[in-house]
Amino acid sequence: MDSAVTEPGAEHTIAGPAARPAVWTRLARNWSVRIGGAVLALLLLASGAAPLLGTIDPALIDPVNRDLLPGATGEVMLLTGESFPHTFWLGTDSYGRDIYSRVLYGGRVSLVVGVTVALLSLLFGILIGLAAGTIRWLDGVLMRVMDGLMAIPGILLAIALVALWRASIWTVIVAITIPEIPRVVRLVRSLVLSIREEPYVEAARSLGTPTAIMMVRHILPNTVAPLIVQGTYICASAILVEAILSFLGVGLPTDVPTWGNIMAEGRLQFQQYPHNVLFPGIFLALTVLAVNMLGDGLRDTLDPRFSKHGERP
Amino acid sequence: MSAPVLAVEKLEVSLPAGADRARAVENVSFSVNAGEVRCLVGESGSGKSIIAQTVMGLLPRNLKTTAGHVLLNGENLLQAGPERLRRLRGEKLAMIFQEPMTALNPIMRCGAQIDELLAQHTSMAPAQRRARVLQMLEHVRLPDPARIHAAYPHQLSGGQRQRIMIAMALILKPALLIADEPTTALDVTTQAEILGLIRDLQREHGTAVLFITHDFGVVADIADDVSVLCLGDLVESGSARDVLGSPRHPYTRMLLQAVPELVSRKPATSSDAPVAMRTRRVNKVFVTGGWLGGRREVVAAQDVDLEVRRAETLGIVGESGSGKSTLARILARLIDPSSGDIELDGAPVARLRGAPARAFRRKVQVVFQDPYRSLNPRRTVGAAIVEGPLNFGAAREEAWRRAQELMQLVRLPAHALQRYPHEFSGGQRQRICIARALAVQPEVLIADEAVSALDVSVQAQILELLDEIQQRLRLTIVFITHDLRVAARICNRIVVMQHGRIVEQGPVAQVFEQPREVYTRALINAAPGKGFAFGRTA
Repeated sequence: MDSAVTEPGAEHTIAGPAARPAVWTRLARNWSVRIGGAVLALLLLASGAAPLLGTIDPALIDPVNRDLLPGATGEVMLLTGESFPHTFWLGTDSYGRDIYSRVLYGGRVSLVVGVTVALLSLLFGILIGLAAGTIRWLDGVLMRVMDGLMAIPGILLAIALVALWRASIWTVIVAITIPEIPRVVRLVRSLVLSIREEPYVEAARSLGTPTAIMMVRHILPNTVAPLIVQGTYICASAILVEAILSFLGVGLPTDVPTWGNIMAEGRLQFQQYPHNVLFPGIFLALTVLAVNMLGDGLRDTLDPRFSKHGERP
Repeated sequence: MSAPVLAVEKLEVSLPAGADRARAVENVSFSVNAGEVRCLVGESGSGKSIIAQTVMGLLPRNLKTTAGHVLLNGENLLQAGPERLRRLRGEKLAMIFQEPMTALNPIMRCGAQIDELLAQHTSMAPAQRRARVLQMLEHVRLPDPARIHAAYPHQLSGGQRQRIMIAMALILKPALLIADEPTTALDVTTQAEILGLIRDLQREHGTAVLFITHDFGVVADIADDVSVLCLGDLVESGSARDVLGSPRHPYTRMLLQAVPELVSRKPATSSDAPVAMRTRRVNKVFVTGGWLGGRREVVAAQDVDLEVRRAETLGIVGESGSGKSTLARILARLIDPSSGDIELDGAPVARLRGAPARAFRRKVQVVFQDPYRSLNPRRTVGAAIVEGPLNFGAAREEAWRRAQELMQLVRLPAHALQRYPHEFSGGQRQRICIARALAVQPEVLIADEAVSALDVSVQAQILELLDEIQQRLRLTIVFITHDLRVAARICNRIVVMQHGRIVEQGPVAQVFEQPREVYTRALINAAPGKGFAFGRTA
């Protein structure tokens, strides 16, 4: 029973400033949001400020310092001939490159790919989904095209695109974005289809609100919460797919360190020197976990309909 | 007199922290004797369903009983373990719910669902059980029990499904039957049949019935004893005749006065009043499927001819599926008629597009049924009210000034314009929706079940408000409702619809007192609490 309805005789008093606190307060109270957000902020900070955190050139090859274990110290010689002492916190790989520096710089690629893919697929997904949800005759055509796109495996598409153009961050982003778009389109379309049947949209229509304004004012804002949540899941999966692509050698060129290609190169010596695979792996797992936790927290606070706790606001 | 079947003593259930009050129910005591029907009546939020859930042991986990006893034949249910409760449910306690579709398992045949109870609780052989189930189906007056036995829930009508629920509830001959708003989701004619059935079976078996409802009409039809709840407090208890006939508590009196009488209150419209809106042979056919799937056609309105005169309130009544809401949406041009004409002030409007269509929108406005969904949750009340005037080119300051006046008209404070819809109660939201519709100064207001989702006391206030606004603004109102009492309260003239057709129309007094059509007569006879003069009591 809904206890928030009416109290007899209390018709003229308003329920007071919301039984439900503002969105930001509720977000700040959610532990998934707190932990996921904090871990993600740390990772962003660390990879963004990598040059200030005692790193050296992640691509610097130094045969003298090959296969050092974590915590070993040594002498780094730059290409200019300069040399200085350095502690290899996470060891080095078989070319003598510093894993600590490579992992921090590699984080940049992962985060950029994750965020860009999420934003791009949301952007295109919203545009196409809105069109499919509003323009009846376009719906069938668009959705069949989307079904077709969904049938292409992302990794296969990436291999084809790399063969076609060249390995670059944009090729990777495009290759991961394309298969994600149909999922967003489906979500947006179903949201639009249900929201446009809501009485408040009909009311706006009977008030003479033009269709375009209706979209922006009444329909889009009500799709935001589920879309933000979907965005975080796309971000997490894009980070994983990028690592897989780099691991398979169809992602970024090997001179750019990414978590995927650090692991790919380290796997040959995994039995002797597991740290080559272990550390980028831990960072990857941590990032994906943090993004997913953030997504779960956002879902629980912003969109109670999909919440597993089933609590209505 | 023997001991009561169910005795609830000083029951107290606490709500979780942060709720609008500390306890869902407090100090509630009542009893139900064998062969009697006790009605628990109250508006939404009064705690009546919580009591039913407590008795059944189905209380949500975040609610706790903090004091009191619930005794079933002397056994305290609050102390019974889960295994004991499971045995008691079905054998001694049974419940029927409001929504018969969701209470039945959609992928199990109806017969099998009833059979399951017998298999669980008795040691009867399968053939015996089948015979017993068929007998029970016949007992709840379902036609062709063998066919129903093999049917899935979706193949039955709402009334038939509720009969299946009753058969399930009564097959083990429980001592106590709890009915939680069992007829609220049904049409009036079906409701009357189901109420009669519950009454007959209860007399026959001597079952004690705890009947939960918000509808005083239903109370008048079925109750032996009545308990009235207000915000978790039991304010009045007694025999049905005493409570309904001479209520002592002011809250009960207020509730009873809010129930509209089933007699015409307003004069018939004079026949020389100008026609505001007219439909000529309007048809609407909904087509589903097509392309690859099977094509199905549903006729929702057929040859509808009606006239709405200036400044009158025309009621359109009918049961679900009668096409009354479709007609409302056609009149508001939210959907296009398949054929036929609509005239507004003598000008055809059914095929308008573009600028003339916008001009039409300004003249005809709608208030919808569900006050919770008819306001965009992400926009303030003020933004909702000024949206129309701004669409039609009003200046911003002018629109906001007018919004403040409108808030006064619907008796809400002007500062509420800055608030969001979730901060308001259902009745307040419906006031806001009325203000929004009036903001563009329409000539015709279409109210589609505008008070059906509201409690009776709030409903009475909204109806009064509509009356007042109509007189002040000389507004033409088309009022769609399934509730004959509401129609009698507010309408001058009435149109009765069935299966998409108009079966009868005329002034309210004439239609109610001398109905010509069989269907109209059935509809009026089915109205709950028909013989009881509400509104005049006390």
